[in-house]
Amino acid sequence: MALRFEVLGRFNRARAAQLTLPHFACQTPLFMPVGTQGTIKGLTTDQLEEIGCQIILGNTYHLALRPTSELIDELGGLHKFMNWPRALLTDSGGFQMVSLLHLADITEKGVTFQSPVDGKPMLLTPEESIQIQNRIGADIIMALDDVVRTTITGPRIEEAMYRTLRWVDRCIAAHKRPHEQNLFGIVQGGLDPVLRDICVRGLVDRNLPGYAIGGLAGGEDKDSFWRVVAQCTAALPEDKPRYVMGVGYPLDIVVCSALGADMYDCVYPTRTARFGTALVPEGVLKLKHNAMVNDTRPIDPTCACMVCKNYTRAYIHCLVTKDAMGSQLLSYHNLYYMLQLSRNLHSSIVEGRFPECYIIPDSNLCASRNSNVVRFLWQFPKGDVPEWVCNAMDVAGIDISSCCSS
Amino acid sequence: MKFAVKALSSGKARAGVVHLGSCPSSIETPCLLLSTRKGLPIFISPDLLSSLPSPDSNLLQFSPLHFSEGPSPKTISSIGGLHQMVGLHEYGFAAVARDSIQCLPECGSTNKTGASFETPCGRRLIKPVEYMEMITSMKPNLWATLADEVPAWANNKRNKTSVDRTVKWLDECIARSPAGGAVFGSIVGGSNIEERKRCAQEIIYAGYWIGGFGLGESMEERPSLLNAVTDNLPKDWPRMICGLGLPEEVLQGVAAGVDLFDSAYIYHLTIGGFALTFPLDRTEKIDYNYQLSDQGSDRTKINLRATVYRKDATPIVEDCCCYTCQNHTKAYINHLLNVHEMLAQILLEIHNTHHYLGFFRSIREAIKEGCFEQFQKKFVQSRREHLAADVVSV
Repeated sequence: MALRFEVLGRFNRARAAQLTLPHFACQTPLFMPVGTQGTIKGLTTDQLEEIGCQIILGNTYHLALRPTSELIDELGGLHKFMNWPRALLTDSGGFQMVSLLHLADITEKGVTFQSPVDGKPMLLTPEESIQIQNRIGADIIMALDDVVRTTITGPRIEEAMYRTLRWVDRCIAAHKRPHEQNLFGIVQGGLDPVLRDICVRGLVDRNLPGYAIGGLAGGEDKDSFWRVVAQCTAALPEDKPRYVMGVGYPLDIVVCSALGADMYDCVYPTRTARFGTALVPEGVLKLKHNAMVNDTRPIDPTCACMVCKNYTRAYIHCLVTKDAMGSQLLSYHNLYYMLQLSRNLHSSIVEGRFPECYIIPDSNLCASRNSNVVRFLWQFPKGDVPEWVCNAMDVAGIDISSCCSS
Repeated sequence: MKFAVKALSSGKARAGVVHLGSCPSSIETPCLLLSTRKGLPIFISPDLLSSLPSPDSNLLQFSPLHFSEGPSPKTISSIGGLHQMVGLHEYGFAAVARDSIQCLPECGSTNKTGASFETPCGRRLIKPVEYMEMITSMKPNLWATLADEVPAWANNKRNKTSVDRTVKWLDECIARSPAGGAVFGSIVGGSNIEERKRCAQEIIYAGYWIGGFGLGESMEERPSLLNAVTDNLPKDWPRMICGLGLPEEVLQGVAAGVDLFDSAYIYHLTIGGFALTFPLDRTEKIDYNYQLSDQGSDRTKINLRATVYRKDATPIVEDCCCYTCQNHTKAYINHLLNVHEMLAQILLEIHNTHHYLGFFRSIREAIKEGCFEQFQKKFVQSRREHLAADVVSV
């Protein structure tokens, strides 16, 4: 174990904590930008520190291909290679393999696939995944899991869940650096509460430093999604971090935090920036749209980032999709937005004003306390809050009835 | 805008000082105008711009044609001009219709109504009225009048036409000149300075913009063409030129008495994955043990895509104090280039700009010490020697 997790404040199930990792002391709830190939697209490490990024996710699959984990190891690990002084997390490589390689096949040994470089048959075993991650050197590493899409039904899900538990033992055995790198287990089991429960208990028995809720963020309906998260957060230990993989949209992060999750990652903010879309309290703003051509307002008047303080929608409009600078500036804003969202979640929970300030718009408390608070329910000005959100908040013990018209 | 010559070398090279309203410090010349796209550098974001040496890096060049697809001049005016729109209040902007990277003069399509350019939005014809509408809304610190540029090999008839048109457009631009903003009168061709003098008597220019270079003339013919222009310009006014990008070309321009330069060199190096490494230190450093060891180097620059850099954990240039060299290694940039990550270009543009600004600083120092001619000769010679050595040793 190479981390400390200390809860600093709560509201019902939501918690704000300090997660102290070898390279950085993070505050949760937190959002991890995805730096697939050892970089966040278009941003320097200085800029990432400037906007308050605490931990970045690196993709094991991509890094193992180029520049290879051996090279990263030889040059002192990924932190040194990228010159990122704060925390890093690597995933196991399994997900990319399954989603990117249509000829991938999963057996008890591991994931067999065709190398994208030369077509040779290759095998990623739990042991190999951990060895690669040991060489990369991230603060948190993920166990190789047998991940199945939630849209699949049948015995495959049960098989995958039990295999995930067996593979976790192999990962633990193969892990050479438990005092520098924290191995997280991943809860699988599809949308079946019985399977999820078995998996949670199996992982908790192994006494890992932290736990992830996997197999979501793949197209399942939102109602099923929140229920799985709620079940897992209720069953996972209080004193360890909980990471919902692949989430996501600001709304999803707020709901999951209300239900007791701590960590998130998603390519969405940076990917959508490259398509000219900005994240704003009201939802999204499509800068490509012709309506923006002469709009002299900033992207988000409540945002304190360098982009919103200096640029108009009109100017960003003329850059997006045409010039590299457009992508850069929008990625900067979108990441700032997500990181500010995390900071607001943390501080509002610690200060005991999570429900008032966070969820309910037009509260006098909000206006006076913090003009940067993301009033996420402003996305629904007509009060048409989705039913799944209402149900989830109900379970989280947060009253949002004043925002719902139904 | 204020300009003054401060020092002369034995030839025509001069060191001077430019003061612009928006820049807190004066800028020394000869100096480099950084290339921009719509007012911001192509890759270096505004918060990283400040890591470049100041005030050297405070002069930026743009073309009004960058904005031909919006925002409208009316919108730009309502925002308050270009400085406001791009958030660079303490920088100086020079507006020239041509930028040597993406707005290239297309003399075949230019006609009596306007100048034609190849741009990313297709071929554009811009008339003096439209050009001045953009200049007025953008409020650059200095701007060049619209010119009809032709290459040096254009026949006499076409050359004369280009001068006639440029003079006519100069009058039309001046007639619509906004208050504030220094006007640089455009001079094209290498002849017909008499025409220029005719106008010069009636109009006060803040400086001269020399067009028609960097369009394919040879290194050998350039000095005489340059001198034909600069010999006939008043000495106390600044001279700006476009199209002399390579170090040797800049030196030719400086030798002829030019003060302000744009350059597409940095951009082309950057997108090619190259980083400048030529020595800026002017002390004698003869490398007798030089061997052709790097497949990625020609002593001026290195190609960071080369596999020889895969594990090279050293910075591009050992004692360079740019953001890139202070923070990153050749190995990391090699990786970024291999996986097609934008960060590679950002880091390279920072280093290359920093390095090239250092080159301009050496030029200024040489002029102030009165030894520019030797500096130019030695620089050109040492590059040729290395190339010769490479050829022999292969």
